[in-house]
Amino acid sequence: MTAPLLRLRDVAVEYGRGAARVRAVDGVDLDVRPGEILGLVGESGCGKSTLGRAATGLEPLARGTVEFLGRPVEPAGRRRRGADLRRLQMVFQDPYASLNPRRKVGELIADGVVLGGGRRADGLRRARELLERVGLPGDAVGSYPHEFSGGQRQRIAIARTLAADPACIVADEPISALDASAQAQVANLLSELVAEASLGMVFVSHDLSVVRQVAHRVAVMYLGRIVEIGDTATVWSDPRHPYTEALVAAIPRADGAGTLPVDLPGDVPDPAAPPSGCHFHPRCPLVQDRCRVQDPRLEPVAGRSAACLVRAPGSGNRAGAVPLTGPGRP
Amino acid sequence: MTVAESPLDPPAGVPAGERPDPGAAAGGPGRTGRAGRGSRRSPWRQPLAVTGFVVLALWTLVAVFAPALAPYDPDAQAFDTLQAPSGAHLFGTDEVGRDVLSRVLFGARISLPYAVILVVAAMLIGAVLGGLAGYFGGWVDAVVMRLADLVFAFPGIILALAIAAALGPQLRNAVIAVVVVSWPSYARLVRSLVLSARGAQYVVSSRLLGASGLRTLVVDIRPNSAGPVFVMAALDVGNAVLLLSGLSFLGLGAQPPTAEWGAMVAAGAQNFDRWWVGLFPGLAILTVVLAFNFVGDTLRDVLDPRTAREVRA
Repeated sequence: MTAPLLRLRDVAVEYGRGAARVRAVDGVDLDVRPGEILGLVGESGCGKSTLGRAATGLEPLARGTVEFLGRPVEPAGRRRRGADLRRLQMVFQDPYASLNPRRKVGELIADGVVLGGGRRADGLRRARELLERVGLPGDAVGSYPHEFSGGQRQRIAIARTLAADPACIVADEPISALDASAQAQVANLLSELVAEASLGMVFVSHDLSVVRQVAHRVAVMYLGRIVEIGDTATVWSDPRHPYTEALVAAIPRADGAGTLPVDLPGDVPDPAAPPSGCHFHPRCPLVQDRCRVQDPRLEPVAGRSAACLVRAPGSGNRAGAVPLTGPGRP
Repeated sequence: MTVAESPLDPPAGVPAGERPDPGAAAGGPGRTGRAGRGSRRSPWRQPLAVTGFVVLALWTLVAVFAPALAPYDPDAQAFDTLQAPSGAHLFGTDEVGRDVLSRVLFGARISLPYAVILVVAAMLIGAVLGGLAGYFGGWVDAVVMRLADLVFAFPGIILALAIAAALGPQLRNAVIAVVVVSWPSYARLVRSLVLSARGAQYVVSSRLLGASGLRTLVVDIRPNSAGPVFVMAALDVGNAVLLLSGLSFLGLGAQPPTAEWGAMVAAGAQNFDRWWVGLFPGLAILTVVLAFNFVGDTLRDVLDPRTAREVRA
């Protein structure tokens, strides 16, 4: 296996102070390898975007480490970002907010070159190439962002990050704000770019069907923790964590027979006061007494890892084998 | 009395804002102008806005062409003192025998440019300090904003009085005094704009590409924050005219024999029974201040309705 581009160990992010403190991300380990898209899925508020921002150094860590190409990712502060960190880039959700409305597209993209010490003329030349690479006319360099649609803007934003010659891109809900047709185009573009340049990519999304299409591996988050992680096909065809199972069951199917996650009662608990034991236990159909007190770790099970005392009872969980019961999907 | 009919008398005719100006009402500039796009909100259809623009345009012309327009030398003490308005002296003469009309016209050459210069200076100083305070925070922020609080703690005119008095009664010192009391408003506004823009995604994305804080401040934040600052400046020019005239009125600004409206009003206050000495320069101040306020309000509505609240607050 190749060395990971991006390596997160025991990452925790907290907001607020004192009694109002919220642990948005709690002890996450992740590796992103070249040529790999890692899908990060979960409900709103589960901490997936926060984790993405922490991975690029935009959120200060309460605990743990983030390394990019073997070097620690320093939190974005007042100082200029180091040259080596320029190869770790981010694509944001809202392409209306991530492009400065007062600057021309060419200048925006040329920034990627200019801020790396390149000349402006080279930057503009590169901007034309990159615009064509992302499927826009090179003449777009002379236009302002407001002249483009959401999907086009997102491609401009992607071209801007590409100008910095990234090795790894964290894409935070990159297609959630786009039209259905633009979603497919941008998702395909990201897939192609990863394959072409052997990039690593973290693809944060709440849209499971998209993640299933583009991601090689998928990590499912619940309340700041990863509850299941593995190859997309494996996790999808045979989810082991009951939460993953409910998410997969909730994906609408082409025949309109999509089901709601009926076996998930209630809402996401308040992250400021997470439930004891397994965070998922108040909503879990498989809940047992020990789930309320014991904290499950990610344990390997059936070709992936899951954090469930019932379904993935590894050595660390000290729980003995439990037969797979409950409403598992065939 | 012939006063109202005088073509050189923009102040007397306009203040109420009711007279629809024939040129502007024709709507000529509005159709093609940039501001004309939002049909219903177009400033060219709002009587106050049109009045403000027209009055300012007239005063600007007066300031530029004062030597040609003024019937007499503004400083020549060549006539009988304290004559009531007449055909020879439309605004009468003052206590040392100078033509009031000529002095009012020449006064535009003092009040308008100095007010604009001092507002621009206050805006630049305030914007730079406020921008640095907002972006860098920490001790920079603490120092700048405590300085601003210090200024805010005094009523503007009182502090300006003290500074002007300390520096010596002179027009230049009065301008400096008004700049000193004016910049904190800009610093505060720009700081808040920068604070909110600092977290904007396009700024974050520039930082990720390796832009320094100063570069994002100049390249990304400045152009997106300029609108409200200009609105505030436009609204502030009227204020600056008032403050400057006020200092001159109190004898701390323009010194005799300079034809300055505030100083002329002061002379009028000495000769209260000769109403024309103080009334006409007073009307000049009134119309200029009102016009700048109308234009400022209009700019605010056109540029950004959202920031209107911030500027007012």
